[in-house]
Amino acid sequence: MKHIKTINMGALKNSIAKPGCKECANSCQSACKTSCTVANLECENR
Amino acid sequence: MKLHKFRQMGMNIVIDVNSGAIHVVDDIVYDVLDHYKSNTLDEIIINLQNKYSKEQIKEAYDEIMQLEEEGLLYTEDPYKNIILNDNGPSYIKAMCLNIAHDCNLKCKYCFASEGDYKGERKLMSPEVGKRAVDFVIENAGPRKNVEIDLFGGEPLMNFKTVKEIVEYARKREKETGKNIRFTITTNATLLNDEIMDFIDENMGNVVLSIDGRKEVNDNIRIRYDGTGTFDDILPKIKAMVEKRKDGKQYYVRGTFTRENLDFYNDVMMLADEGFKEISIEPVVLEDKHPFL
Repeated sequence: MKHIKTINMGALKNSIAKPGCKECANSCQSACKTSCTVANLECENR
Repeated sequence: MKLHKFRQMGMNIVIDVNSGAIHVVDDIVYDVLDHYKSNTLDEIIINLQNKYSKEQIKEAYDEIMQLEEEGLLYTEDPYKNIILNDNGPSYIKAMCLNIAHDCNLKCKYCFASEGDYKGERKLMSPEVGKRAVDFVIENAGPRKNVEIDLFGGEPLMNFKTVKEIVEYARKREKETGKNIRFTITTNATLLNDEIMDFIDENMGNVVLSIDGRKEVNDNIRIRYDGTGTFDDILPKIKAMVEKRKDGKQYYVRGTFTRENLDFYNDVMMLADEGFKEISIEPVVLEDKHPFL
């Protein structure tokens, strides 16, 4: 391609083949707890 | 079908939101994308004829079309129908308890109006807390892991209720097979050995608030007499983090405002103090607030 360079192939679609178990940790996203949920969550099924 | 595109560091970056694909594109593609879904190729050639040649536009158009066919641009949301068609019961996964509608600080950017949320300054009773534990368990359905956040105001102003809630939850876990993970968010002023040991033993995560450099923190995170908290809380936060061995989670958590847009210096200061888990996030306030 001359005009476009793809630097990351999308793989999000693949996640549908293995849907979540809905057990991962969750917190209300208000204020101070964004870090608890968004960052560094460990998978319960690992 | 969502695209997110922006220019940064001299690059035109295009993110295909639903697939996660990321592309760097030239100016021609960047401009053609503005018209790609709403105009035909001939119309785009006319729209952009003052900037690019017909051949350039056609080449860019063809490359966009190729990526679309490969599922790397304008991808449909694969989860849309799954979510829209999900008519099953919904269960509670997490609950946030405002243990204290009160605070011993009056941080200038506080969304909770210095802890009282514009209501009365009150503490949650142990009975209400225990009923909340029951409510979460009863409504968690098949989910084994549930979360309860202990929040405020400053929750350690009501440590008695915190202890009773946790004790009750441990009993209910045994009866029901659920696993309840607690988190607590604190301004660190009331931490002492007893409370730190309790938090270390019982909290899955502890969020410790400090905004970074002394002058930054003490400009905003102040007591009722106007004095800053930095010298009081830094050693307590260090002591708390010191106890979190064996991969136990914590966050040293700061908020940045327009007063410290160079907040990378606050991240570095906290890192220099030895903290490994640091989260600095933007303040969220109404448009006219002086600390937005």
